[in-house]
Amino acid sequence: MRPRAYWPVTLAAALLVGLLAYGLTTTGTDTTLDAAVAKGERPSPPAGSALPRLGEEGTATLADYKGKVVLVNIWASWCAPCVDELPLVQKTHEMMAAKGGTVLGIDVKENTGAALDAVDEVGLTYPNLRDRDGDFVREWGQTGYPENFVIDRKGRIAAVRRFPITQKWVDETLAPILDEEA
Amino acid sequence: MRTLVALVALLLAVAAPAAAAQAPRASLPDIEDEVMCLECRTPLNVSTSDVADQQRAFISELIDQGKTKAEIKAALVSEYGPRVLGEPEEKGFGLAAWITPILVALAALALVIVSARRWRREPQPAGAAHDPGAPGDGAAPIDPDDARRLDAELAAFDK
Repeated sequence: MRPRAYWPVTLAAALLVGLLAYGLTTTGTDTTLDAAVAKGERPSPPAGSALPRLGEEGTATLADYKGKVVLVNIWASWCAPCVDELPLVQKTHEMMAAKGGTVLGIDVKENTGAALDAVDEVGLTYPNLRDRDGDFVREWGQTGYPENFVIDRKGRIAAVRRFPITQKWVDETLAPILDEEA
Repeated sequence: MRTLVALVALLLAVAAPAAAAQAPRASLPDIEDEVMCLECRTPLNVSTSDVADQQRAFISELIDQGKTKAEIKAALVSEYGPRVLGEPEEKGFGLAAWITPILVALAALALVIVSARRWRREPQPAGAAHDPGAPGDGAAPIDPDDARRLDAELAAFDK
């Protein structure tokens, strides 16, 4: 091969390597939120776009709930641990509602009918939004189902739980945040 | 004129249901190989998870309602977003899937053009007879001694 033919090959190889590196660095799981909360910080949640309300017209964002303590519950009815967790999430919502808080469900990657069937079956009374392709929860560094995040009254992430909640966790982690002043 | 209009209307009334009847009925195997299981990131026809089962149930329900394949795919996009059809995103890293084939095609085209121009500019060997299509065209001229030996060999071959 003539020397002057080397540079396009080198450039093409560099581009391919760059593309691979870009792909690897942009598709991995983001653990920034977990690391910040573990250090005792309260990071702002990802801005995210407005999501459609489940079973209702219109959209909503997390900002619509500012001033309230919000338990963001990521779930889907095809996820058995999520469905098992729902009665406790509903019970927690009732406790939170009495203290100016709410649960906000984020239903992920399922059709409206299936999600509404689950809502009716368990008798959920808190609002749910639809993340139809998982883009919203990916920004939260989601790794599985269910996942839970507590947003304090100032709109910051105060706690992260990347698996089902328990009554003990509600009492020891969520309740103190709920008692905080705005 | 009125008769003609009535005739056309009658023809349309007969032809439209016939055309609709000819449209093939949507089927699950025909659709699920063009749809992705969003959670598994694999084609739906090879996915066995709960989420895939739920997607299949959704498609089957629409088939039972008599929806066409196009209507079902539109409903899937409406419920699950455009990624459910398995096409790369038109942003971020997914953009590479759209751009790379174009770049490769352009690079290949450029290579062909450069090579063709180089071949055309290649100098003809000195002394070669310009006789396109003739055996040995473009090759070095044969030595007279070799030519005589070749003729002798060929003649011996014919005996």
